[in-house]
This record gives sequence, C-alpha cells and structure tokens, in this order.
Amino acid sequence: MSTFVLLTITGLGLGALYFLIASGLSLIYGLMGVLNFAHGAFITFGAYAAWWITTHVEASAEAELILATAFGLVVGAVLAAAVELVFIRPLYRRPVEQVLVTVGLALALGALVFGIWGADPKSFPDRPGEVTALPSWMIDTTTILGARIPNDRFVEIAVAVVVLAGLTAFLRFTRIGLIIRAGVENRAMVTALGIDVRKTFTFVFAVGGALAALAGVLSGIYFSTVDPGRGTSLLIFAFIVVVIGGFGSIGGSAVAAVAVGLVQQYANFYAADWLDWSGAGDVAVMFLLAGVLLLRPEGLAPKVAH
Amino acid sequence: MMTPRRAVVPVVLLILLVVLPFLSVDIPVLFGGPLDSPGTLNLLALCLVFAGVALSYDLLFGYTGLLSFGHALYFALGVYLPAIALTEWEWSLPAALALLAVVAIALPLVLGAVSLRVTGIAFAMVTLAFAQAGNVIVQTNPGGLTGGDEGIILNFDPLPDFVVGIVNTKYLYWLALGYAVAVFLIARAAIGSSAGHVWRAIRDNERRVEVIGLRPYPYKLLAFVLASFLAAWGGFLWLLLIGVTPEVTTATFTLTLLVMVVLGGTGTRFGALVGGFAYTLLDNRLRNLAGEERIQELPDVLRVPLSEPLFLLGALFVAIVFFAPGGISSFPARLRSLVYRRAAKESAP
Repeated sequence: MSTFVLLTITGLGLGALYFLIASGLSLIYGLMGVLNFAHGAFITFGAYAAWWITTHVEASAEAELILATAFGLVVGAVLAAAVELVFIRPLYRRPVEQVLVTVGLALALGALVFGIWGADPKSFPDRPGEVTALPSWMIDTTTILGARIPNDRFVEIAVAVVVLAGLTAFLRFTRIGLIIRAGVENRAMVTALGIDVRKTFTFVFAVGGALAALAGVLSGIYFSTVDPGRGTSLLIFAFIVVVIGGFGSIGGSAVAAVAVGLVQQYANFYAADWLDWSGAGDVAVMFLLAGVLLLRPEGLAPKVAH
Repeated sequence: MMTPRRAVVPVVLLILLVVLPFLSVDIPVLFGGPLDSPGTLNLLALCLVFAGVALSYDLLFGYTGLLSFGHALYFALGVYLPAIALTEWEWSLPAALALLAVVAIALPLVLGAVSLRVTGIAFAMVTLAFAQAGNVIVQTNPGGLTGGDEGIILNFDPLPDFVVGIVNTKYLYWLALGYAVAVFLIARAAIGSSAGHVWRAIRDNERRVEVIGLRPYPYKLLAFVLASFLAAWGGFLWLLLIGVTPEVTTATFTLTLLVMVVLGGTGTRFGALVGGFAYTLLDNRLRNLAGEERIQELPDVLRVPLSEPLFLLGALFVAIVFFAPGGISSFPARLRSLVYRRAAKESAP
C-alpha cells in the first residue's frame, strides 16, 4: 500500500511537469496550428537560467529559489516571445515551414546549451558549501498511509493545480481568454470579425514559454539536477500528453498528463520488477498513446479551449 | 523520363564517383586527406549512405506529404538487428540479412498501419512515440542485447574479408555508392509508378483523392513501408562503416534527416541526395573545424557557437527555410533567373 501511495504521488508530480509543458504546447497548436519543437529549448533555458541564479546569488534558500524561479520564468517568456516575433510570425499561413523552423531552432538552441554549459548535469539548486540546497521543509518527508513522500512532490502538484485553475479562469473570464477560445475554435471567423489574432498569439507563446520554463525549474527540483537533454526528454512526453488530451484543450491536457505520469510510474515499478527491465514505464506510455489513438483518433477532448 | 541531354551530368558524376577511390587528388577545404585515403573514403561513403537515407525520407515527406518523426527507428533497426544476429546469436551473414529484410518490412507494416490511422501532426507524434520506444529499448538494454550506451562490438567473423579492415575502405565506399544508386533507382521507379502519382496527389490534396474514389490509406502505408525498408539498409551500411551507436535511435537523428531533405529541396529528384550528402560532409568538416586551434583561441562568444556543428547546421536550416525554401537544388534555377533578370535589365532601353 505504501509503495502504491508513493508511486501515485510521484506519478502526479511527474504529471504536473508534463501538464505545465503540454498546456502551452496545446494552446499554441490549438490557436495557430504550430507544432512547437522549440518548446524543449524553453524548458532547458528556463532551468539553466534558474540554476545560474542559484550559483550567483547568496540569500536564504527560500528567497534564492523564488528568485531563481522568477528569473527562469522571465527568460522562458522572453525567449518564447522573441522566437514567435522573429521566426514564427513571418511564416504566418505556412504551417509546414513553421514546424521546420521550430525544428531548426530546437536543434540549434539545444546545441548551444550543450556548448555553453557542457554535457554533464548540474546539481540544482547549486549552493556551494551547503548540504541542503533546497529549503529544508522541501526535503523533509510527509508520511501518508505509511508512505514517506518528499515534500517537493507536493510543491510540483500544487503549482500545476494553481496553473490549471489560473489558466481556466483566465480563458473563461478575460477578454484575451475569450479571443483565445474563439480563435482555437475558428480562427478565420475571429479574424473576419476584425480581431488581430496574431497579437494574442505572441502572448500565448510567451505564456507557453514561461510555463515551459517553470516546468524546467520544477524538473530541476524533482530530479535535483539540470542537464542539456532535459527539454527534449520532457517534450516528447508532453507531446504525447497533448495528443492524448486533444489539441487546444487545457482540461484534456490535465487529464492526459495525470494518466501519463501515473502509467509511467506504475509500469516503471511493477512491470520493471516483473520483466526485469527498466524501460517498461516509458514504453507503456507509448502503448497508451497508440491505444488511445486507435480508439479515439481525435484525442480525449474535442478541439475547444476550456 | 530523363532526356538524353539531361542524363549527361548525372552519368558523368556517377562515373566519377565510381573511379574516385583511384584518384589521389587532394581537395584542401572539403576533405582532410587525398580522395583515395581511407579516412576520406569512409567520409564519402557515409555521405552516400545519407544521400540514400535522406531520399528514402523524402519519399515520405517530400512526395507523400507524411511528416514522420520516427524514421530513425527503421535506420536503427538496420544497425541493431544484424549486429545482434551476428554477434549475440552468431548467425551467418546471409541469415542475418534475410532476417533484416523480413523485419524491415514487417515492423513498418505493423507500426505504419497503426500510426496512419491518424493524419497530420498526430501522425508525426505517433511515429515520434514509436521511435522513442525504440530509443528506450536500446538505452535500457533489455537482456543485455543492445548494450545500452556502450553499443555492441560487432563480431566480424561472419563478414566477408573485403568489408573488414581499413585497407578495404574502398569496397565499403562502393557498397555505399551502390546503395545510394539503388535507392535512387527504386525511388524513381516508385515515384513514376501509378502509386507514385497517387502519393503526390495525397500530398497536394488528400480529400480530393478520396473524392475521386481512391482510399489514400493503402498508398500511404506502401510509401511508409518502402521508405522504412530502404532506410534499414542504410542502417546496415552504417553498421559496417561506423559500428553500433545508440545515437541513431534518437529523435534528434530523425530531425537531422528532415534537415537534410529540406536542405537539398523536398520532392525533387536529386534534392534529397544532394542534401544528405552535403549535410554529412558539412557536419564532419564543421566538427574538424571546431577542434582547430584558431577556433579554440577565439573568445567564448564566438568559440562556443562555432564549435557546435549542430548549432551552425540548425541555423543554416532556419536560413534555408526562410530565404531559399527550395533548398540547394533550387539554387541553379535561382541563379539562372537572377542572371536573366540582370540581362533583361541591361538590354532594356
């Protein structure tokens, strides 16, 4: 029982990371039909930006972490907005070229991270001379039903829940949210009504970049390291979440993220024990994707942002 | 069909490529040593392999309009399956190759049948997921078969002598040339066939194909299986040239195939061949350049980007997409129109 609880909460923590990445991807695709491969670079740059802060600032563990997260968010948002303005916007209405450009950017930016910071993982947060780099309450464990769970898992889940609630409220109650929802449903009609969807798109890109960077920072806490391959490896699972959840649907992404995180954790533990093979969790997720697409080719949710 | 005049350049080029291992010519910037040196021949063989693999990818992407992110899986199949059969199971070479031939049809047939149930971006994602599953299997080394990060040290005993050893690089080169030519001829025949016409029709407008009364699905599956089968043999040549490395299973590897095709020009007869060749050559030269002292001595701002070939190639790719969407194979036409325009301007009163 205690193992099951531990796996469930760890799986939810992983699902939280996937959701943060997938929600941005999903809105970007839903609104503009751009499959953004450069999203992985936003994750990695956000994580490294936060790591860089922790190596350069001396403050209490909490203050340092908050500052690092804020800086990571800003870097992610600025990078994403810049990518949209410089590279995506000129190729408006040429979806294949847009995907190709994001592929080129993903390769180039990934190589750049590799060149600047090297291939080795960096411990995160990096606080020289201290044993516990994270605030101590995050490292402590809470016992639930006999399972000792590291508290940082709850932080990841809480952040994702707050983002989910915030995004849902934003889409439902603000004017920009209304434009986004309408744009996902029928872009041509929104444009015909005299609303410039492109401005909204830059905004959505920046929000997506910030959320990706947030996921990067949280993944740093989750794995205690940041590494140059982080963006790509998380991005592949986020893509799967988006496909399962249905493009353009925040709620669908949330459900799919939880499903993917849980399946991965359960399969990793139970099947790996049984098959004596550590790749079971990842492969189980691929089977989940294939199964969902065979049964419901359009994903879990229809294409509506809600 | 190719008119006799248009065939002259490719035929002359082919003859040149065939006799190349006998030419002791030094081409300073492009190659590190004379053309007949084993190092240069190995590099050229690799360039030819990727010319063929890029063309196989172009059958999917350029001709049928299927954006697959999982082509690396079938290339990796050609690397790993013969390596495992020869080394772990100690099969003979013909048996191992027969196995590859069967699996290189069966696997894409099954996976293609599943992934082609969805279209567009969802198709791209499913192929990516299957390829990623392949990557996970290789990396996690089930039953000690794939060797994980280390790869497999190939058992050379079942191989004929002429493909083993550095003095025999020229035979590998000819094999690679044969592969590229074979892929080209097969691709040309396939594109010219009635199925090939349907492929292009699907690329241009799938709905219209359905309206005419054809089911696109079997045609797309055929393109998928053929492209995967051809890529697998490129993988086998990689095994002979380079050996077993897990990098061939990564998503980045598929993305580089996409870069090659777009670099050369999608859906054109020679575009993918040129793109695959040029990309591989550039990648190798940039890697060598990065190690040179004059780069290493530069300040960090210049040194870091210049010593990452993938950064430069990614940037080049973005530039091509923006400024020359037809890729390298559109350069002659662009040049011609530029010259004509200038000539027209000068002759204008």
